[in-house]
Amino acid sequence: MQFFLNITLGGIASGMIVAAVALGLVLIFRATNVVNFAQGAMAMITTYIAYSVLHRGADYWLAFIVALATGLVFGAITQVVLIRPVQNKSPLNAIIVTFGFLIFLEGVAGAIYGSTTRTYPAPFSEAGQKLGGTQIAFSPFDVFVVLAVLVLMIVMLVLFRGTDLGLRMRAVAFSPEAARLLGIRVRPLLTLGWGLAVAAGAMAALLIVPTSSLTPNFMDVILIYGFTAAVVGGLDSPVGALVGGLATGLSLAYVGGYLGGSLEPMAALALVVVSLMIRPEGIFARPPPRRV
Amino acid sequence: MVGFRSTVQTLTAKPWFRMPRQPMLRHLSYAAVAVVFFYFLTQKLSAFNDYEVGEIAFFAIGLAGLSLLTGINGQISLGHGGFFAVGAFTYALLVNHTGWSLVPVLLVVVAVTAVSGALIGIPATRLRGPYLAGMTLMVALGLPYLTNQYDSLFGGDQGLTTPPPTGPASVNPEQWLAWIQILGALIVLVLLGNLVRSRFGRSFRAVRDDEIAASLAGIHVARTKVIAFMVSAGCAGLAWAFLALSAGVVNSAEFPLALSIYLLAGMVIGGTGSLMGVWWGAIIIVYLPNEWATSLANDFHANSLVSANLAIIIFGLVLVVGMLVAPGGIQGALRWIAARVGSYFSSGRVTNVSLSLQEGVDPIHPASDGESVTTAEKQGV
Repeated sequence: MQFFLNITLGGIASGMIVAAVALGLVLIFRATNVVNFAQGAMAMITTYIAYSVLHRGADYWLAFIVALATGLVFGAITQVVLIRPVQNKSPLNAIIVTFGFLIFLEGVAGAIYGSTTRTYPAPFSEAGQKLGGTQIAFSPFDVFVVLAVLVLMIVMLVLFRGTDLGLRMRAVAFSPEAARLLGIRVRPLLTLGWGLAVAAGAMAALLIVPTSSLTPNFMDVILIYGFTAAVVGGLDSPVGALVGGLATGLSLAYVGGYLGGSLEPMAALALVVVSLMIRPEGIFARPPPRRV
Repeated sequence: MVGFRSTVQTLTAKPWFRMPRQPMLRHLSYAAVAVVFFYFLTQKLSAFNDYEVGEIAFFAIGLAGLSLLTGINGQISLGHGGFFAVGAFTYALLVNHTGWSLVPVLLVVVAVTAVSGALIGIPATRLRGPYLAGMTLMVALGLPYLTNQYDSLFGGDQGLTTPPPTGPASVNPEQWLAWIQILGALIVLVLLGNLVRSRFGRSFRAVRDDEIAASLAGIHVARTKVIAFMVSAGCAGLAWAFLALSAGVVNSAEFPLALSIYLLAGMVIGGTGSLMGVWWGAIIIVYLPNEWATSLANDFHANSLVSANLAIIIFGLVLVVGMLVAPGGIQGALRWIAARVGSYFSSGRVTNVSLSLQEGVDPIHPASDGESVTTAEKQGV
C-alpha cells in the first residue's frame, strides 16, 4: 500500500512536468498547426544557459528567470526564422524542419558541452518526508514542482481568458483569416505564442533536470511523454494538456513501478495508440473539420 | 500526362536512342547498367571501399522504402529506426537458430518487418501529419528499451553476433558482401519502380494528394496506407538485415534516434519520393559522418567535441535549410536543370517542362522518379 502511495505521488509530480511540456506543444499546435518536435531540445538549450549562469555564481532564481526569458526570445526567433517560411506549406515540411532543428540543437549542445552528465541543483530538498510516522516519497521539491506548474497554468489561463491580448491570440488561433479581417495583426501574435510555448518548455526542463541529469538528449523521452499527454488530452486543448499530463505521468509511474522502467516508453506508445483508437481528437479537443 | 507525351514525341525528331516504354523493361535495363558499373567499381576499389559501397547499397534500400512512404504515399515516419531494429534482430535470431541459407532468411526478415509495419500502419491509417510523426518517433525511441527489457533473448547490451557470409574462395569477403548488397538493392529498386508505376503506385499518390477524392474514386484509403507502410517497413528490415550481415553484430545501441534522422536527411537530400535520388542520399549518409565531417573538423582544427558532433549538426542543418531552400533535394535540382536545358533547346515542349518544374519544386508532390522529365531531358539533349 505504501509502495502504491509512493508511486502515485511520484506519478503526480512527473505528471505535472509532462503537463507543462504538453502545454508548450498545445500552445504551438493551436496557433500554428505545427507540432514542435524541437520543443525538448530548445528547453535543453535554455537549461544549459541557466547552468552556465549558475556557474558564474548567480543564485538559483536568477538562473530560473534567465532560462524562461531566453526561452521566450528563442521561441520567438525560431518562429520568425524557421517556421514562417513553412507555415502555409504541407504539414510534412514543418515536421521535418522542427525535427531537423531538434537534432541540430542536440549536436550543438554536444559540441559545446560534450555528452558528460552534469548535475543541476534543486531549490528545495529532494528527500522524502515523514508524515505521521510513515515515510512518504514526496519531497519539498515535488511540492514546488506541482505548485510551479499550477502557477504556470493559472498564468496562461488568466492571459488567454482574462486579457485583451489573450483574446486576440485565441482569435488568431481559431481563425487567422477572420482575425486579420478584424484588424488583428496576426504574425506578431503567432511569434508571441511560440515564445510563450518555449518558455513553458524551458520551465518544464528546469523542473525535470534536478531528478534526471543534464545531457544534450535528456529531454528526448520527456518530449515523447509530453506528446503522449497532448494527444491523450487533445492537441488543441490546454486543459487537456493538464489532464493528459497527469494521466500520462500516473500510468507511466505504475508501469515503471510494477513492470519495469524500460517498458515506460512503450507504455506511452500504447497509451497514444489506444487513445487515438478510442478518441482520435483527444478527450478535450473539438473535432477537427476536414476540408475537401 | 500520357497524352501530352505522345503528342510531344510526334512533334520532335526521333531521338537516336530511346529507353523501352514498358516500366519493367526500362527498370531492368537501368539495373543491368548498374550491375556492370558496380562490378567494375568493386573490382577497382580496395576492400574497405567495397565495404562502403555495400553500405551505400543497403542505405539505398532503406531510403527507398522511406521515400516511397513519405514522398509517394504522404505518410511521414520518424521511426524507421524501429523497423531497422526489428529487421536486424529477426535476421540475427534466424541465422543463429535455424541454419537456413541467406535468401530464405532474408525473405522471412522482409515478411516479419512487413507485418510489424502493418502493426504500426493500421493505427496510422487514422492519423495524419503530426500525430503520425509523433507516434513513429515513439516507436524509434521505445523499441531499444524493449530489447533491453528482454535481454536473455536479445543479448542485452552486447547484442547478438552473426556469422559473416561465406562466398567462393576466389572472391574476397568484402567484395562478396558488396555484391550481395548491391544485388539486393537493385532487385528492391526494380520492384519498387514497378510498384510505383502500377495500380498500387497510382493509388498511393491519389491517397497522398487527397484522401477524400481518392476514396470517392473507389480507392480503399486505409488499405492503401497500410500496404505502403508494409512495403516501407519490409525495405527497412531488409536494409538492416544487410547491415547485420556487414557488421556481424546486432545490438540496441545501433538504433539511436540519430539513425532515423540520418535516414530522413538522406531522403530530403536525395529528393523526397524519388527512387533515383536514394543513391545521393545513401552516399551522403555513408560518407558524411565518417569521412567528410572528420576531415572538415581537421581542416578547421576543431576540438574533439565539435568533430564528434559535426555530422549530426550538418544533418540537422541539411534538414532545416534543405526544407526551406531546396525542398526537391538533389534529384529535384537535377530535374529542374534538365527541364531548363530542355526548354532552351526546344520550345515545343513548354507544357511538359512547366509540369516537371512544378513537380521539381514541391517536395510533397514530386514526380515519382521523374518520368516526364527524363523524356524531356532525353529529347532535348
